[in-house]
Amino acid sequence: MALSKRKKAMYMRYVMYIASIAILVVVILFIDWGRLGNAMFRWNIVKDQFPNILTKAAKNTVVFTVLGFTGGISFGLLFALMRLSTIRPYRWFAATYIEIFRGIPLLVTLLILGFGIPIATGWHWPNPYLQGAIPLSLVASAYMAETIRAGIEAVPKGQMEAARSLGMSYARAMITIIIPQALRIIVPPLTNEFVLLIKDTSLISVLGVTAATKDLARFGRDGVNQTANATPLIVAGLVYLAMTLPLTQLVAWMERRTKAASR
Amino acid sequence: MNADIVVNVTNLNKSFGDNHVLRGIDLQVQRGEVVCIIGPSGSGKSTLLRCVNMLETPTAGTVVVLGRDLTDIDCDLDEARTHIGMVFQQFNLFPHMTALENVCVAQRKVLKRSAAEAKEIAHGLLARVGLVEKDNAYPAQLSGGQQQRIAIARALAMKPDVMLFDEATSALDPELVGEVLQVMQSLAHEGMTMLVVTHEMGFAKSVADRVVFMDGGVIVEQGPPSQVISAPVEERTRSFLSSVLNH
Repeated sequence: MALSKRKKAMYMRYVMYIASIAILVVVILFIDWGRLGNAMFRWNIVKDQFPNILTKAAKNTVVFTVLGFTGGISFGLLFALMRLSTIRPYRWFAATYIEIFRGIPLLVTLLILGFGIPIATGWHWPNPYLQGAIPLSLVASAYMAETIRAGIEAVPKGQMEAARSLGMSYARAMITIIIPQALRIIVPPLTNEFVLLIKDTSLISVLGVTAATKDLARFGRDGVNQTANATPLIVAGLVYLAMTLPLTQLVAWMERRTKAASR
Repeated sequence: MNADIVVNVTNLNKSFGDNHVLRGIDLQVQRGEVVCIIGPSGSGKSTLLRCVNMLETPTAGTVVVLGRDLTDIDCDLDEARTHIGMVFQQFNLFPHMTALENVCVAQRKVLKRSAAEAKEIAHGLLARVGLVEKDNAYPAQLSGGQQQRIAIARALAMKPDVMLFDEATSALDPELVGEVLQVMQSLAHEGMTMLVVTHEMGFAKSVADRVVFMDGGVIVEQGPPSQVISAPVEERTRSFLSSVLNH
């Protein structure tokens, strides 16, 4: 007797559940946990990472992220306003900037600005933090400009008209009426940009580092070289997760809240 | 020049690309006069109203309000707009502010009134539109009719010399239209100069001093409501009125 469509679908679901659990069990059974733990998670090496991984490496990652984000949001707002301007050269400049810095990999931008410019001009970066943070913020500003522009454009046109009809100047209306409303829209995507920045700071170490400016990724890599064991990188990865997971959860919570509020 | 002419529009033309929306409008509004603009959709009546406070920039012609030529490049539009109140079809209240803040914000930021003075004026106006108890409500917590009455209070807070109403009741549920029209009617009775784009023929008939019928970007006919609405001369006016009154 042929099965009905719905019965078939029901059995298919059972098969999917059982298959995925079976695969998981096989993986767990066949992995050599002892060897894996020995190469990637040795407890005495884990303990050796502390406290320096937090007090030095994670601190540097946070410094690079905060500098990059602060610069990125300031220039991002500027470029967003330029893209929305009625003055065409402003729009062209901002659009070109955004396309260039979104189109070139961060690694390449870091190398050009960090190494290429000093070689070409004889000028040297006065501070190793700025050498990493400024290229980072230039790239971040290109992405954030688009996020901010989308947020401003999502505010209904009537808001600007109402503000202008009350005698507010364009700048006053932007500051008092439009940007506060745009902020509500752009805080979740901007927090995502922040998470991306935390991870992107790991590229800065290609510029060469002193002991004082080592970030988390470089700290982990150097740890691998010293111990001939992958544990330091695993610990660095866990520290990244400790920073990014709360933020991604925060974004998820904010998005659920706005969804609930708009209902 | 007559000091009692509040709005003086001369040979106003407005095009959006190839679309010639206003084709030579001449319109004067006297102090204390209530002028209702009626006409089919797409006739240019909203565009005309939006040119009066320069939310739309005219392609040609002049708009003189309170003796200021708004089309003159040297005219301070922000200052001029403080004398011209506007009420929108979609209310356009600021959703991140309470009713009270909506009525106060421009008083504070534009007219630089003190917080206490702005609040006092706002409370008076909220009472006048019958919403004094809603001062701490956000727009999303209010009905459309309540929102529009707050929007009227917000415009009045600037103590404007003339009020523009752009289809102020068109976005409202039918049972909420009355409360907004009532506020507009009481304003008219107190002598406010009003330029009202509306589909409410009953309101135009009972409140307007003059009715202007527009079609195809020109003023077809104007005069007291007893003439334009009750005994129109032009064929276009007659066919428009019969289509809106007999539906």
